[in-house]
Amino acid sequence: MSLLRAENISLRFGGEEVVSGVSLSVAPGEIVTILGPNGSGKTTLLRALLGILPLSAGRVVRAEGLRIGYVPQRLSIDRTMPMTVRRFLSLPQRVGEAEAAAALARVGLPGLGQRQMTALSGGQLQRVLLARALLMRPQILLLDEPTQGLDQPGEAGFYRLIAEVRQETGAAVLMVSHDLHVVMAASDRVICLNHHICCEGTPRVVSNAPEYRALFGLGTQGALALYRHDHDHSHDGGHDGGHDERQDHSHDPRHDHAHEHGHAHSHGPSDRTLPHA
Amino acid sequence: MLDDFLIRAALAGIGLALATGPLGSFVVWRRMAYFGDATSHAAILGVALALAGSLPIGAGTLLVALAMAGTVSTLAAKGWAMDTTLGVLAHGALAFGLVAISFVPQVRTDLSAYLFGDILAVSKGDLAFVWGGALLVLALIGWRWQPLLTATVNEDLAHASGLNPDRERLVLTLALAVVVAVALKVVGALLIAAMLIIPAAAARGLARSPEAMAGLAVAIGVLSSLAGLGLSLWQDTPAGPSIVTAAALIFAAAAVFGRMSRA
Repeated sequence: MSLLRAENISLRFGGEEVVSGVSLSVAPGEIVTILGPNGSGKTTLLRALLGILPLSAGRVVRAEGLRIGYVPQRLSIDRTMPMTVRRFLSLPQRVGEAEAAAALARVGLPGLGQRQMTALSGGQLQRVLLARALLMRPQILLLDEPTQGLDQPGEAGFYRLIAEVRQETGAAVLMVSHDLHVVMAASDRVICLNHHICCEGTPRVVSNAPEYRALFGLGTQGALALYRHDHDHSHDGGHDGGHDERQDHSHDPRHDHAHEHGHAHSHGPSDRTLPHA
Repeated sequence: MLDDFLIRAALAGIGLALATGPLGSFVVWRRMAYFGDATSHAAILGVALALAGSLPIGAGTLLVALAMAGTVSTLAAKGWAMDTTLGVLAHGALAFGLVAISFVPQVRTDLSAYLFGDILAVSKGDLAFVWGGALLVLALIGWRWQPLLTATVNEDLAHASGLNPDRERLVLTLALAVVVAVALKVVGALLIAAMLIIPAAAARGLARSPEAMAGLAVAIGVLSSLAGLGLSLWQDTPAGPSIVTAAALIFAAAAVFGRMSRA
């Protein structure tokens, strides 16, 4: 049984196919991360799953009456709009005082209800967005680069929060990210995307996959070290230097060939064993 | 009581403010100021068409305003560069309207009534039209309030909650066309957008929630109408521009007050 399933979906912008032939499904309680370099179609894929963008092929199947909690990549409330955190939590469904206070406390921002949305820091805003999503009583949370603009401790804290929320509510989590650090350890399953699915599996399997290393331009050594490093929860920022290099490699035409041939096609929903926590 | 032209004028101003407060807030939040300009300038074209086709003025302006609002909305959804497009449409519509209206001989003399309004000449029928339209707009926005706010904050967020942002945009488009038709008699085609934007902008610095801002915008709109009428009566100034002058002064006062109370 899956909450949300994409069957061989493609999306085009102009003449360009941004997402091609992607199939994936998310089971209840699972944390799935879609990983890919900038411009790989991650956000497009997520917005297609939400039903915002029209598909050029394939279909998206949602469980009946599926409640989605969505945390967008950015939220810029126009400065002309006065909006307290408390009021924001009541969009689009009004929620009671106790419920709103509990949601704010859950994300670590107790008593912040009367603050204006425009006065929040980046990290606070992400947490408020998460609180609002939780108030929808979601069966699945969709997060688009939720930690963009946070520092490493902030990032680690946010993913810990996501893991706790999953534990408490049983909600599945599907998130999109371009960074490899904490995300890997926090996920049950990782899907590498570069317009199509390059590889997928448990974080350990993916971090050893040649397609993944080609995509992010990492040697075997680097990938393993990175994963283990993150697993130990020590974040000294030492691997930040590799970021630009990864981006460069992702645009390297050679890697397209590499994963054309290496493409395993092991991602049909039936022939995959899902790791569970 | 309605036999007194001043009472009718005051009631027309209050009726208009009821609609422009909430709608104007959305115009400000969604940065649709030019959108309001284009639609209201098109009203002059509506007047010309109505006179040429012997239709009621209200019907003519409503039709043309709807067509213009619909066009702008469609172009915006197609990703046109709105700043330029609206600049072309707003001024193009005004120029077309003025040229068209010059072919209607009896209007030439009192063109300014359509450009700047003629609130002191509001009839009982006009009053019914103003209040009918204003209450319609108020009901429409009240009914869609939560979805409208959600879609204004973030369209993707609205989508994910099962709402359709396009439908909410259509609600605002309709409301805008109705307000333009209603406001033509009160402040005239050139100043309709001012009545949408200035009271809402004045309310911004004093409000902490969207509801407070919309409510305050209504109050400021009412105050401006009454003060403008008073000024017009006292100094024999044109009523429509006097109302907008009052609104602009309130905006300036609110801006100063807002800055002082924050400091």
